[in-house]
Formats: sequence, structure tokens, C-alpha cells
Amino acid sequence: MATIAANLPDIGLTKPLLSVSGVTLQYKTRDHEVTATYRVGFEVYPSERYVVLGPSGCGKSTLLKAVGGYLTPTEGSIRLHGAIVKQPGADRMMVFQEFDQLLPWKTVKQNVIFPLLSSGTLRGKAAEERALDYIEKVNLTKFADTYPHTLSGGMKQRVAIARAMAMEPAILLMDEPFAALDALTRRKMQDELLELWDETRFTMIFVTHSIVEAIRVGSRILLLSPHPGQVKAEWNSVERDAPEREKAIGALETRIHEMLFADTVETEIVNG
Amino acid sequence: MAKTLLATVRPERAGTPVDAAKFGIVQKRLSTWENVWNQAWLRKLLILIALAAIWEIYGRAVNNQLIVPPFSDTIKAFFASIADGELPAKVWTSIKVLSFGYAMGVFLAAVLTTLAITTRFGNDLLETLTAMFNPLPAIALLPLALLWFGLKPFSLAFVLIHSVLWPVALNTHTGFVAVSTTLRMVGKNYGLRGVGYVAKILIPAAFPSILAGLKLGWAFAWRTLIAAELVFGVTTGGGGLGWFIVENKNVLNIPYVFAGLFTVILIGLFVENVIFRTIEQRTIRRWGMAS
Repeated sequence: MATIAANLPDIGLTKPLLSVSGVTLQYKTRDHEVTATYRVGFEVYPSERYVVLGPSGCGKSTLLKAVGGYLTPTEGSIRLHGAIVKQPGADRMMVFQEFDQLLPWKTVKQNVIFPLLSSGTLRGKAAEERALDYIEKVNLTKFADTYPHTLSGGMKQRVAIARAMAMEPAILLMDEPFAALDALTRRKMQDELLELWDETRFTMIFVTHSIVEAIRVGSRILLLSPHPGQVKAEWNSVERDAPEREKAIGALETRIHEMLFADTVETEIVNG
Repeated sequence: MAKTLLATVRPERAGTPVDAAKFGIVQKRLSTWENVWNQAWLRKLLILIALAAIWEIYGRAVNNQLIVPPFSDTIKAFFASIADGELPAKVWTSIKVLSFGYAMGVFLAAVLTTLAITTRFGNDLLETLTAMFNPLPAIALLPLALLWFGLKPFSLAFVLIHSVLWPVALNTHTGFVAVSTTLRMVGKNYGLRGVGYVAKILIPAAFPSILAGLKLGWAFAWRTLIAAELVFGVTTGGGGLGWFIVENKNVLNIPYVFAGLFTVILIGLFVENVIFRTIEQRTIRRWGMAS
């Protein structure tokens, strides 16, 4: 399990980019106050592909939204570069699961340019060049001038990724971006995401409920228990150039599965 | 059943797809006639021609200018009235009042809905006001308006504002509320706040509803205006299109009454089928927000 050491040889020297400590998240529904996560803590280092994995209803999406600044922890703190996260901002670009995250009134190119302009990151020609550059990275150059409703689900998600990455944010927040895709497209998108990472070495938090996806995409995996989410374990994923990788993935998958679902069959029924 | 299924293990098979170029038609162009028939405006034009023909035949059958003048007489009166400049002047008067009232109504609706989505009190205010005033026919306010503002165009404008404001506000607000959580989060993610957030995210995202509200407001305003002019009659100087109709009825110049009604319809068709349709095609249809 020397994955991190391989990916980040200087881990001892760098400070964590994001530190989440003792975060309890609660939200109110019509007649309940729900605790989504209880005292969750973790750290994300630069260029890590940090995966938050847990069954449905473990508060992992809520946790990501808190990092995004959409809700404030009732307890604990979230710090990015040492500063407390208070509100949403373009330094934490999000990619959502839903296909409707693209602005339908803008073309692919305009969608990618828009955050660059409205956040004041770049302007004019520079913004356009940056946008086209990232559109090319996700292989959508041919579709730069089309409107989102003409694209397939996978293409829409690629635009959303290009849009987020073009901002070159401190950290990329991905909320089950491939969950609504068919299995083949999903697998392809995972590979493409890794290729992009090879190119730019961005830092990301990737939320998923798929164990295989977590192992393939992540370099480090945080396992949350269901309802409310609490840290069960934090493991390194299988190295991408590991010998007999498929076998190692299978082994880790079994190990995670046992860890997450060992509890009882009861929780399954309660959640189901 | 189970036995037979077990007994027959079906063999695997492989197909050999032929290159698309080798077999006839994959995509065929539609015939000229099909292309022509696919034009919505042409089909509608055909309906209009049929209606005019029925009108002409019926008018001739009745043979009484005072009850139903035939289409041809109406058209003659229409062009005669355009030629002597009377009809255009009346239309212009109506359009002036209308555009002022419409613009004011839309502006006030924008203010109210912006308040409604930014504050909870604004929301309550809008809900209460629309619930109270939306069912109230604008024309019912005309006596009051005349009392308050006198025989001035502003009385008409006041009634128009009333007829535009509530449907537009209601539709816009419904549109804003229905904007998906994801799009809202995307907007916040870009660091958009306040007016920028409303202008760059909420308005375009709610544009189908807003446009529906604008269309509804336009229809209400146009109807209210003509009705109000019929009651209100002439103000300072020349009256509007409604007055043109009353005036000609008073002198039993019925083809001119029909010409006036015809103009009301023409303008209605123009705004609906040219102005609003163009806006629709350039916006929500292009964006895939309407089919």
C-alpha cells in the first residue's frame, strides 16, 4: 500500500490542501432534524484523487456540499489553504451528477467560458483560449458551438468536467459525476478522467457509492458508515501500474465490501 | 415448459453488417410536397384563406351590409381607411398607450418578482397581491381610473398595467421557483450573487415561463385596451382603435366596424406569430427548453 508515496513522493513536505476536522452536518426537513455526518475528519493533499465512498444515505454528498460551501457544519471546521470555507466559490468548482448542470442557453464553449468571465479569472481572448484548450482535452472540439441539449449524457458530463477544470480550481469537487451514465460510458469516462489527471495533476474529491469506481478513480479512499456518516477507514487504492492490477482491485473490492456491509443486513433494509 | 427450454440450447450466431454505402437509402430527403406541408405558416395561411372564403360566401348570402358585410367589402373599407390615414392614426394612438402600459407592467412585475425571490416578505407580498388582483378584470378598474386620473391616456395605461402586471409576475415567479437546485448551485459556485445571479442564472433558466407570462400579459393588455377604448371613447384629440369601431358603428358604417375588428385581429396575429415566435425560436427553442 505504497500508493501515495508513489504518486506523491513529497508527501511529508507538503501541507494538506484541505482539512476537514470533526465535521458534523445537520439539515432540517419538514419535521425532522437529520444528522448527515457525525464528526468526520480527513485531509486532502495536493494532487490527490481523494474518494469518499459509502452506501446511499451516508451523507457523502452532503459532506461534499459542505466543502463546496453550500452548508455550514454545526460542529467542526473545513479549511482550504488554512482559511475556513464559508460560502461557495470558484476555487472549489463542482461537477454534479445531474445532466442539467450545464446552462442550456449557452453553447459548450460559452458554458466553459462563463465561469472564467463571471469570476474574473480571465477575460476576452485569454478566456476563450483557455476554454477551447480544455474542451479539446475532453475531446469535444467538434461540438464547441453546439447547445447542450443536443449532446449525450456522457458528453454533457465531459463539458461539466472541462468547465470545472478550465477554472484551474484549488480543488475539484465531483459529486457522483458518472452515476447517471450507462456502464460502458462510465468506464470510459473514468479512464478519461485519469488521463486528464496524468496531464494536469489536479486535486479532487470524488464522491461515489460504487466500490469499483472508487478503486479505479481514487488514489486514497475514505469509507463512511451509513446514517449518519462516520469515518470507518481511510485506505490507499490500488496503484495504477501495480502488477496484477485487476486481481488487486478485486481483493480490495472484497475488503471494502466486507468493511462497509459487514455490520448487519438490518441497515440495508432500513435504508432500502 | 422448463423441460423444453433445457432441451434446446440454441446455437450462437454471428452477423456480417454490410457497409452502409452498399445498400440503397439510409436517409431519404422528403419530397417537395412534404417539405411544403411541413411549413406551419403555410398551413395556417391556408386556414386563414378558407375562413375568408367562408366569410365572403356567407356575407353575400346574407346580403345585408348592416349585419355581415362580405370579406371583400371589409377589405375595401380597410384599405380605404388606411389610404386616408385615419386607421393608421388610430392604431398608432392605441399602440402608444399599449406599449407604455405593457412596459410599465413588465417593469413592475420584474421589481416585484425580484423582491419576491430575494426576501421572504417580498414573496408573501407577491403571493397576496397576485391572489387578490389577478382574478380582478382590468376593465372593472376603469371607472375608478377615470375618477382618479380623469379622461387622460394615463387612465388607460393604469388599467393596462393592471392587466399585464399580475400574469407576468405570477409566471415569472413560478419560473424562478422552478429553477433546478443544480443550476442554482452552479450559479453560486461561480460566485454569482444578487442581481448578477438573477440576471445570469434565474432569468434565462426561467425564460420559458417568463415568455409564457409575457405572451399572456400581451393578450390581456390588447384585449383590455380595445375594451377600455370602447367604453372610454375619445380622450384628448384622436381616440384609438376601439374608438374607431364605436365611431363607425354610430354612423352605421358597418364595413368600417369590421375593418376595425380585422385590424385588431391582424395586430394580434402579427405579435403572436412574428414577434413572439421569433423570440421563441431564437431563445428557448434553440436552447432545447421547448419542443
